[in-house]
Amino acid sequence: MAIQAKYLDMPLDIGDLDVENLAYFRHCAAHDFHLQKCSACGLVRYPPTTACPWCAAPKSEWVPVEGKGAVHSYTEVHHAIQPAFKAHTPYLILLVDLDTQKGQPTEHEALRVVGNLTTPDGKLAPKEMVRSVGIGTRVRMVFADAGPGIALPHWTIDEGAAQPAKPWRYPQE
Amino acid sequence: MSMPAEADATSPKHLRDKYAIVGVGETTYMRGSGMTTRALGTWAVRNAIEDAGLKPSDVDGMLSYQSGDSTFSNFIAGDLGIRANFFMDVFGGGSSTEALVGMAMGLIEAGMCKVVVIFRAMNGFSQVRIGGTGARAVAPVSGDMLHSRAYGWQSAGQMFSPTFMRHMYDYGTRPEQVAAVKAIHSEHASNNPKAFYKERVSVAEVLASRIICKPLHLLDCCVETDNGTALVVTSAERARDCRHPRALIRGVVGRCSKPRLDMHYQHGPISTVAGHYAREILWPNAGVGPEDIDVTGSYDAFTFTTMLQLEDYGFCKKGEGGAYVSDGTIRLGGRRPNNTSGGHLCEGYTHGLNMVIENVRQLRHDADDSCPVGPDGKRQHTYDYREGGCRQVKKCELTANMGWANPGTGSAMVMRRD
Repeated sequence: MAIQAKYLDMPLDIGDLDVENLAYFRHCAAHDFHLQKCSACGLVRYPPTTACPWCAAPKSEWVPVEGKGAVHSYTEVHHAIQPAFKAHTPYLILLVDLDTQKGQPTEHEALRVVGNLTTPDGKLAPKEMVRSVGIGTRVRMVFADAGPGIALPHWTIDEGAAQPAKPWRYPQE
Repeated sequence: MSMPAEADATSPKHLRDKYAIVGVGETTYMRGSGMTTRALGTWAVRNAIEDAGLKPSDVDGMLSYQSGDSTFSNFIAGDLGIRANFFMDVFGGGSSTEALVGMAMGLIEAGMCKVVVIFRAMNGFSQVRIGGTGARAVAPVSGDMLHSRAYGWQSAGQMFSPTFMRHMYDYGTRPEQVAAVKAIHSEHASNNPKAFYKERVSVAEVLASRIICKPLHLLDCCVETDNGTALVVTSAERARDCRHPRALIRGVVGRCSKPRLDMHYQHGPISTVAGHYAREILWPNAGVGPEDIDVTGSYDAFTFTTMLQLEDYGFCKKGEGGAYVSDGTIRLGGRRPNNTSGGHLCEGYTHGLNMVIENVRQLRHDADDSCPVGPDGKRQHTYDYREGGCRQVKKCELTANMGWANPGTGSAMVMRRD
């Protein structure tokens, strides 16, 4: 069933035909991160696709995946484009290498999951928290509810993890 | 110039030097054009045809690229009285120019038409802002954008920045090295009467401009302008009758991509860009290497895009792009100047086409700077690159253009002087 929701004033629209995204966000709505696992080669993929990027097989099953990893890269946005983000600058967009399947199928690959840095309850992080995160920071997944059948996965600092002494940040604050 | 020994090529080497760019044309680079993209396209195409010494009735093929922000070929053709034997308008922005030159060669080779005009017309300031502001910022989020725009990850700068940041992390690239690209391109633009921004800016000024999204300062980002730009491509034989020395096409690679071209950041290393793959097609096809090139046109949507491409096409070692763009090499008077018109950072934003126009003029030894025009109608170049002076590169024989769509997709072309 199609999903229509509003998140930070942005209309989110997933039509009936987009069965891959419907399934992905349905799991997120339950705060239970799932990804497609290829029925042929067994590799997990992100984001949802209609076939396996590594072996082209069409069949997959949704499997639970642990939402933990480290920041691979990021940008810190000071000039927002979407109106609703303007009140929240600076905000971080994180590319996070999941621990699951890291370095597979090639050494440079990882399930690189996008998200904003948020507080543990899924709200865009305040400035002080933004300044504490960089490449290497250990993060865990949290969810921001956007409406019935949909929540967006995000990242927050993993309080329980061993953190790098100083994550790499762009030199100019 | 001596051509290196024949190298392996992935496409027939017999197309080397068989096609040429014979005409270039553009509108004024402006903000607030006060006209439609149809009028901009017509203006640029008319100028390019006239520059070639041809008539609209000599043109029988037309190609353009756009992102739902421009006028299709058939309307431009109609306005100029062109009867087309072939026309096609493709979706896309940066990386399209060189790709379409390759397609034009294929069309003529296939006997489908003889003289092809390629144009890009855009009100990139007055109508559809490339940065994604305005109507596009509030459009519903669906499909693949659920994994990008929903996170405030939308504009080109926002989308590319994780690649830029990771390059700094992987190789120790410094902000002031990359800022040199803007400073140098602004020097070039100060010698280009057509440039939208002719003011020279320093590295310190780039670093002092406000942060848009790290690592991009305002002055690391290109200008948004309204303009039309056009090229005329035909066979080397047909080109002999045209007005200017031919810019012969040595080799082309079009929209060559990294794996996962839907979401380039899924496949690492993310600090490597499409040029890493494209160079394996470009140089063998062209029969030359980066060391032979006199002038480069590396797409400068951002200072970083220029650096990343120069590095991955092999103008320097991997990881040394920061040094390469800041040691004087890419400056007029340096060993291999880049974007001598000022490029997207200063001249105007055209999704790549103006950088090809510039290199055609460089190969003709006729850069349209402020040097005096002699009795033969040609500019008497002084090679004095001080502000307001010359921007012609001495003895320019070989150029390379490197178009950029995103870190995962690029196009490139090598041209030589007749």
